[in-house]
Amino acid sequence: MAAESYPEDLKYHPEHDWARIEGDQATFGITWYAQDALGEVVFFEPPEVGATISKDSAYAEVESVKAVSDVYAPLSGEVTEVNEALADNPERINEDPYGEGWLVKVKLSDPSEADQLLDVDAYKNLLGSDS
Amino acid sequence: MESTTALRHTPLFDRHVTAGAKLVPFAGWEMPVQYEGVKEEHLAVRASCGVFDVSHMGEIQTEGPGAQALLQRLLSNDVSKLDVGDAQYSVLCKEGGGILDDLFTYRLGEDSYLTVTNAANHEKDLAWFERHAADFECTVGDRLESWAMLAVQGPDARGIVAGLAEAELPPRMRAERVPLAGDLDGVTALVCGTGYTGEDGVEILVEPGAAERLWDALVAAGAVPAGLAARDTLRTEVCFHLYGNDMDESRNPIEAGLGWCCKEDTGFIGAEAVAKARSEGTAEKLVPFAFTGPGIPRQGNQVLVGGEPAGEVTSGTFSPSLEKGIGMAYVRADAAEPGTEIEVDVRGKRRAARIESRPLYDPTKKES
Repeated sequence: MAAESYPEDLKYHPEHDWARIEGDQATFGITWYAQDALGEVVFFEPPEVGATISKDSAYAEVESVKAVSDVYAPLSGEVTEVNEALADNPERINEDPYGEGWLVKVKLSDPSEADQLLDVDAYKNLLGSDS
Repeated sequence: MESTTALRHTPLFDRHVTAGAKLVPFAGWEMPVQYEGVKEEHLAVRASCGVFDVSHMGEIQTEGPGAQALLQRLLSNDVSKLDVGDAQYSVLCKEGGGILDDLFTYRLGEDSYLTVTNAANHEKDLAWFERHAADFECTVGDRLESWAMLAVQGPDARGIVAGLAEAELPPRMRAERVPLAGDLDGVTALVCGTGYTGEDGVEILVEPGAAERLWDALVAAGAVPAGLAARDTLRTEVCFHLYGNDMDESRNPIEAGLGWCCKEDTGFIGAEAVAKARSEGTAEKLVPFAFTGPGIPRQGNQVLVGGEPAGEVTSGTFSPSLEKGIGMAYVRADAAEPGTEIEVDVRGKRRAARIESRPLYDPTKKES
């Protein structure tokens, strides 16, 4: 499992999801905190390519041996790609949550929604008050 | 309820905290659900050896000239078949056949028996034993506080425990008092050739004051601390029942697939109802199943046969050994044959599965 980290170039959603925003495109995943709370991921149920997903709504599921967790969309848009490698290697979400463990790529319908997300300091503060 | 009630701690609680275990409320106890990770712990038990703190389980001692007669009245199995040192599995039934608990009973002496209860049922079982003991020449004693219990399981378990023992370990389904060595010199354990993982191994009962030393010695000898989550995935792979999931007071032992431990001619409480269920058959049966595609079944998921509702999942998990979703479910008796293709509705998605024979994973057939 990876060491705890929260990259500075990402935007964070309070449900422990991250977004890497590049113009009107973004990559989504779950944070180190989320994968640690869930434990070893053994199954990722992705949305379909082309699916419309809405900010703050569940768009996928990750499962550990004993638990299921919804994954919430940090931003709204249309899914353009899902991380197919996770079908055979879901543990990549634990090993590299911000890299090979990315979940989906999305064409954003309203990039200005990003203003509502947390920066790394605000997210770390949230984690601090959580625990 | 558990959040407002003080949770009980086993004698090994400090060890779990030190080991960094994730602790959860379980049947009124604060217990380690996992240490390093469920999969690693599970696979360590299958490949070498794991140690579980199961001190939350209860014990009831029944003693006296009428002890056997009382147990024969309460337990579904034939208690008269037990020689001193034998272990036996049985269920405790109500008059109507509903299952109150499933239990291991050890005959410790001529007129002395120790019965291990599930933590959630201990008080209920104890009250049931006491209520019926009045008619028999015996005493019923609560021994929950008298014993710590460690399950040491896996192909290397016996070797590891043998290294701490001054005497031979009992074979499967036997229990012996075994003096321990080294740091545990002077301590005598009750070692039982039983377990809940399908692997070879033992369950060790010791005085609570010796539990930490025994834990430390086992871990130092290579036993991997394993939590309740791995205990659950291990038992599900070999289709051992979990009380509260796979049976409860609304289920009789025949539909639960436990007819093999019911000997109705002994006249145990519930025997008539069990005999009736055995001769007439039951509407549903508990069956193991495995997913043939993606997904993980969970308790409460609906089972479909031919697209129609036909039952409900009672235990469901990802199997670390088989690397797929597995579980057990009650399904309509006419759809319960191994090989039957079924679907399981997992949060709105229908997942393909097949009813299998027991066990789903056979530890005796593993490649070495």
